[in-house]
Amino acid sequence: MLSYLIRRILMLIPVFLAVSVVIFSILHFIPGDPIDNLLKPGSPPDARAQMEARYGLDKPLPVQYGIWLSKVVQGDLGTAIVARRPVTDLIATALPHSLWLGGLALLFSSVVGIVLGVVAALNKDGWPDKMIMGGVLVGSTMPSFWLGLLLILAFSVWLGWFPVSGARGWNSLVLPVLTIGLGGTALVARITRVSMIEAAGRDFVALLHAKGLSPLRIQLRHVLRQALIPVITILALRIGWILGGAVTVEVVFARPGLGTLLIKSLGQHDYPVVQACLLMLAMAVMLGTLLGDILQAAMDPRVRAALE
Amino acid sequence: MTMPAPIRALRRPTGAIAAGWLLAVIFAALFAPLLTPYAYDVQNLPQAYQPASSAHWLGTDEFGRDLLTRLIYGARTSLSVSATAIAISVACGMTLGAAAAWFGGWLDRVVTMVVDMTWSFPEILIALILVAIIGPGTTGTMIAISVAYLAQFTRLTRAQIMTLKGETFVEAARSLGATNGHILFRHLLPNALAPVLVSAMLATGDAIILEATLGFFGLGAQPPTPSWGGMMSAGSALVFKAPWIIIFPGLAVAITVIAINLYGDALIAALDVRAKVRRTA
Amino acid sequence: MTALLELSEVNVAIGTTALLDRISLRVDKGQILGLVGESGSGKSLTATAAMGLLPLIGGRVTAGTVRFDGQDLAAMTDRQRRALRGRRIGFVSQNPMTALDPVQRIGEQVDVVSRLHLGLSRQAARTRTLDLLTQLRIPEAAAVAESWPHQLSGGMKQRIVIAMALAGDPDLIIADEPTTALDVTVQAQIIQILGALVRDRGLALLLITHDMGVVAQVCDRVTVLYAGRVAEEGPVGPIFAAPAHPYTAALIGCIPQEGMEKGALKGIPGTVPSALAFPSGCRFGPRCARADAACQQVPQLRSRGQGLVACHHAEDGA
Repeated sequence: MLSYLIRRILMLIPVFLAVSVVIFSILHFIPGDPIDNLLKPGSPPDARAQMEARYGLDKPLPVQYGIWLSKVVQGDLGTAIVARRPVTDLIATALPHSLWLGGLALLFSSVVGIVLGVVAALNKDGWPDKMIMGGVLVGSTMPSFWLGLLLILAFSVWLGWFPVSGARGWNSLVLPVLTIGLGGTALVARITRVSMIEAAGRDFVALLHAKGLSPLRIQLRHVLRQALIPVITILALRIGWILGGAVTVEVVFARPGLGTLLIKSLGQHDYPVVQACLLMLAMAVMLGTLLGDILQAAMDPRVRAALE
Repeated sequence: MTMPAPIRALRRPTGAIAAGWLLAVIFAALFAPLLTPYAYDVQNLPQAYQPASSAHWLGTDEFGRDLLTRLIYGARTSLSVSATAIAISVACGMTLGAAAAWFGGWLDRVVTMVVDMTWSFPEILIALILVAIIGPGTTGTMIAISVAYLAQFTRLTRAQIMTLKGETFVEAARSLGATNGHILFRHLLPNALAPVLVSAMLATGDAIILEATLGFFGLGAQPPTPSWGGMMSAGSALVFKAPWIIIFPGLAVAITVIAINLYGDALIAALDVRAKVRRTA
Repeated sequence: MTALLELSEVNVAIGTTALLDRISLRVDKGQILGLVGESGSGKSLTATAAMGLLPLIGGRVTAGTVRFDGQDLAAMTDRQRRALRGRRIGFVSQNPMTALDPVQRIGEQVDVVSRLHLGLSRQAARTRTLDLLTQLRIPEAAAVAESWPHQLSGGMKQRIVIAMALAGDPDLIIADEPTTALDVTVQAQIIQILGALVRDRGLALLLITHDMGVVAQVCDRVTVLYAGRVAEEGPVGPIFAAPAHPYTAALIGCIPQEGMEKGALKGIPGTVPSALAFPSGCRFGPRCARADAACQQVPQLRSRGQGLVACHHAEDGA
């Protein structure tokens, strides 16, 4: 198991490198001189020379990449153009907000989604099933930012229960988490339902009935355990999706997080920040896939056996 | 002779209603100038922030422009960008996937590796990276969206061709002297087409949401060109004053995407039934 | 003597399709009844009906009664029926590879039966489980109890399934094609185990199979099923010596014999009809060499020797 873990982490390295190449190249694909793109308009001429020296912008591209990468690995993510502070500072301030938001949304989606999915599967084709699936359809096709705006309208503007924006206190987390969470719930509920129905049809279930176990016990202790394996795996892979939702929702609710930072910097052409944010998000996605694989091995003895 | 699947999908009531809405939206997008007396970019500040009335069925926006008009023209932007992006994505994806499956070897390995790396990344991230490079605007969003979905179609086509490659009719054709190209274009690709097209249709729904999201971030069609996402972006600051500015574009996106999904489900059911009927006959 | 299991003129349907027609059979204590037929004859469905599990597959008894130990299953509550399963009726399924819960250890899967039905504590149940495994000649029972299903071979898994069936101390075992999915060498062992159970513990066994060879080896009586109807029924010896129904004769003729000439292995031409298109009259008619106009009438079961046969052209034997 441990050797598998190590192998999996090592496999992430080439992916990380590939992604970093793409992110690095952003600076060089955009029109205009990279140096000009890194400097605030109206900077003194020696700032230009400083920048050149720092990033080795007179050297060939692969070397520049090497310099950039070595800096990144050491924690130097460059300097923000607009804020004139080390990017690492900006990220450090923004990251906790995003982690809270993403983490709570994930928790909400998982718990509510699995419960709804199980209820739908146990009542297959009945009205609870149809209602839940209807909700799933609406939940997965609604743009998340629109849902966020509607929630603001309903609960902040009309009812005044929650703040419209900002990040002060638990109160401000409710609507954003709900916005991402409802979309995530739709996804999890749908997968759980399909997985439960498929698992319930497997051969060993007939034998469980023949043993005289109660149907409820069969569903909840045996079928659900089997059904959860693919659900949790897919969920871990879909962490990227939750992150994407977090980015939009942060903007809608004006929360200070990685997403707001990214979008704002895109608009301001603050490329060092853009690169750093994208790198962080990419790493989160990769960690998510790693987590998915580990969880699957932990839950299914057959997978563990195949790995050895 | 049975009707083609898209028509049979209309037999279910959900499929028919969904198709109806989609045709209405497409019609509106195509014939926008004929449907509304207002122009989408002429400002009329005294009339700003008006709720729904007989003159303006859905009210006006922050510049006094008729909301319904902008919604109809917005349909044009959103649909054309999304549909074109998906079309490009399908064309490139099918080419890559078919090539990888057919030629195998290092090409297949490289393609598979790239696809595996990208498919866990959320499309929004990929799109943002590309917009960072290309810059905002309709071209940027179109390219960003087509790249974001490239992995999906490549993977799907590759899987389809790999399965079909092993079928006996390929051996049969080869034994009759058919060349590789002939087998690929005449037999394999047409058979792989159906699931890819269904997937493309459902992906268009996702693409519309993606386009609206990029527009919401101000990275899509630039003003005064209306797009559903852009309208919501402007409206988000005015949610106290004139909530209808965000409600209606969002409703348009949601209903259209739901319609695409419902029609897609009906289509899949129609395709399956036909296959079942063939088997028992 | 009341039969342990008795089906009287049972009709079963799934949805609107009638699948079993007037099935009657009985199994007594200490007896092995073979239920024989090709795939699609309704054997497994009969077993499902006998255990009261028809609702699970959307089926129901539309006529006749199923009685266990004299009690009508239909008159029981769900709870009462559930109490029978595992405790008084043990079930051995067909495919050992998919019969066990893949994410639960072997020991727990057998323990649960004695804990649930006999009220044993965790340790007592585990002792009983290890006992059963050893009796079924599973080596290193303690290690096996800690392992996962995918670590065992098909033959071992089937023994575990038998252990699960025995754990509740049942009176009747229903075995649905217990050897079909196993290697030939392992088949003989499993049949031997089942036969020994009946002899040594005085159990009753309903053995469902498509293989007349197995019936000849171990069964006392046999009921031959074709397309949802009973074709012939009776003690094994006389039926094998002189089968009355042409289908029975054909099935017996399919058994490979030692010293057979090349090419002498026969099949039965045609296939079992689907329940959606049963032939009118005698359902075996279309495949039968003796069929004629009289076979348009549904043949009724009538006694013949110590058994019953439903055929207009039954060979009159001893």
